[in-house]
Amino acid sequence: MKKLLLTGLLGLATLTAQAADAPANVALTASGSTFVKPVMDKWAETYSMVDPSVKINYSGGGSGTGQKDVLNGVVDFAGSDGPMTDEQLKTAKTKILHLPVVAGAVVIIYNVPGVSTLKFDGPTIANIFLGKITKWNDPAIASQNPGVKLPDTDISTVHRSDGSGTTYIFTDYLAHISADWKKDVGTKTSVEWPVGVGQQGSAGVSAQVQKTAGGIGYVELIYAKNNKISYADIKNADGKYITASLEAVSKALSTATIPEDFRFSFVNAPGEESYPISGVTWLLVPQDSKDSAKGKKLVAFLNWVFLDPKAQQMAKDLNYAAIDPSVVKRIMAAIETIKN
Amino acid sequence: MITASNPSLPATAADLPEPKRWGDRLFKTITFLSAAMVGVGFLLVAYVLIQGAWPAIKLYGWSFLSNTHWNPVTDNYGALPFIVGTLVTSLIALLIAVPLSVGTAIFLTDLAPLWMRQPLTSVIEMLAAVPSVIWGLWGLFVLMPWLHDVPYTWLNKHFSFIPLFAGPIEGSGACILTAGIIVAIMILPIVTSVSREILRSVPDLQREAAYGLGATRWEVTRIAVLSYARRGLMGAAVLGLGRALGETMAVTMVVGNSPKIHASLLQPGWTLASVIANQFGEASGEIQRSVLYEIGLVLVGVTILVNIGALILIKSIETPGSRRT
Repeated sequence: MKKLLLTGLLGLATLTAQAADAPANVALTASGSTFVKPVMDKWAETYSMVDPSVKINYSGGGSGTGQKDVLNGVVDFAGSDGPMTDEQLKTAKTKILHLPVVAGAVVIIYNVPGVSTLKFDGPTIANIFLGKITKWNDPAIASQNPGVKLPDTDISTVHRSDGSGTTYIFTDYLAHISADWKKDVGTKTSVEWPVGVGQQGSAGVSAQVQKTAGGIGYVELIYAKNNKISYADIKNADGKYITASLEAVSKALSTATIPEDFRFSFVNAPGEESYPISGVTWLLVPQDSKDSAKGKKLVAFLNWVFLDPKAQQMAKDLNYAAIDPSVVKRIMAAIETIKN
Repeated sequence: MITASNPSLPATAADLPEPKRWGDRLFKTITFLSAAMVGVGFLLVAYVLIQGAWPAIKLYGWSFLSNTHWNPVTDNYGALPFIVGTLVTSLIALLIAVPLSVGTAIFLTDLAPLWMRQPLTSVIEMLAAVPSVIWGLWGLFVLMPWLHDVPYTWLNKHFSFIPLFAGPIEGSGACILTAGIIVAIMILPIVTSVSREILRSVPDLQREAAYGLGATRWEVTRIAVLSYARRGLMGAAVLGLGRALGETMAVTMVVGNSPKIHASLLQPGWTLASVIANQFGEASGEIQRSVLYEIGLVLVGVTILVNIGALILIKSIETPGSRRT
């Protein structure tokens, strides 16, 4: 009994000692998009060396979770692969800024026996996922792939069964390219798919495609690169077939017209070298931070993320496409409006 | 049979007079509290589910149960495809698992040579320790492609006139039937273990009496063992059913996750538990989160109804004991 009491007291003493040097320390919590989690973790780790008094914890959980958390004020900022809707923003207690932080692309992966390269235009992809093209040797596919021996195999489409920013970008693209898609299906982080099977996560989708002769699905460019999965070339708005790459995404981003509040989409962007299925991930930051100490540290962190070349290089090393410097200048102006 | 035969003896501890010693009273209180925890836990779960589902209940009413759409874009949601998917996969799992489990249990208690019983039992109980996600991965990478290439293609080729096996087979065999088979494998250990315990509790006197009358092994099993243990075996099946209804991770990896109702078992479907696991994290907006709570509520409702149905079924079965009195 005595021993137990002693241990308890000791523990209490350690706790108070820790609390004593705590006042200078600030913990910033964030949640949201799993797409940016790798780079957020890297940034958080590196930034703790830049400013040891700040501890940043990005817990992921998905864009939907991030949006909900930032609206309820339970996190200091969030990451999201899709913009928040006007209705959502109306319910916010303080204005929420959308800051585009990195860009990425969605690629089409496939498993057709005996075929190693494929090209698609937008309408063909839309018709495949609408269930209107059902065979691999359909004239619509064959005419774009001269010299490729396409088999008489059924097409099996695979999509994400969980809500996902990847699905948002992909369905955003299809809605831009196909009036039928826009009318019958629409754009969201999860939609009512006319055909096909769903799998959880990029890993699930790519596993299902690899196990299905005649399978076709979509994953993030980063996922395909890290796992050395080959993907199809996509016809862009200028009529050129483009292989997805960070440069092709940056090219597409540079053509985008970006509104005042940064809620924009740049799928099917013009330009000969633009990859058409691309999107950005936003950091959602409340303009009015309740805690001034936290607000100051958050602004300093955001400045570091957008301006420090080291931070930008880390994103590039992890296969994210960077935001154009001209846009970064406008983002900096937005960050200055954060009250603290 | 053993206790109720002598009316002067109390049947259980509950019939004893109120305990006088404080230790006994404390013991009774502690056990009561443990039992009450289950009830309180259930009420809390029900409260949270109803509270979370309330916006969706108000919005859709009863039509939620019959609507076949699941459209997050237009916020048009219904639970019917998931209810059907859950019931059908569980039914398939039971149809496969119960005969196999009872057969295994009979072999282990009555027929297997003594040296084989313990190792075989251990192997079966080890199956219960394999995590759900491992079964799912095995299902996705090994079982599903094989099922697609061999039995499904064959079924579809020769029996596609039966709506249950109609094609075309989408997604390399990610379908309701595959999910049912995976769940069957997963509930095998528990149904087998419980069945074995029940068969072991059949008094040897029963068997010896049957042998004494000149019965064959099959007749002994049928007359003396199975008919005696019928209700217990049904109970084992209900335990397995409970697990089948709620099975999530492995199912989601092989069921195809498509909220549609097909007559064919070779087409993708979805279950109540796995749609929650899939979409709760990224649910956007109040309504989508709320309908997922309501799906949880529906799952609780389906489980309760199915269990009540099973209990009625068990009660309605005559046991040899009841016939004699």
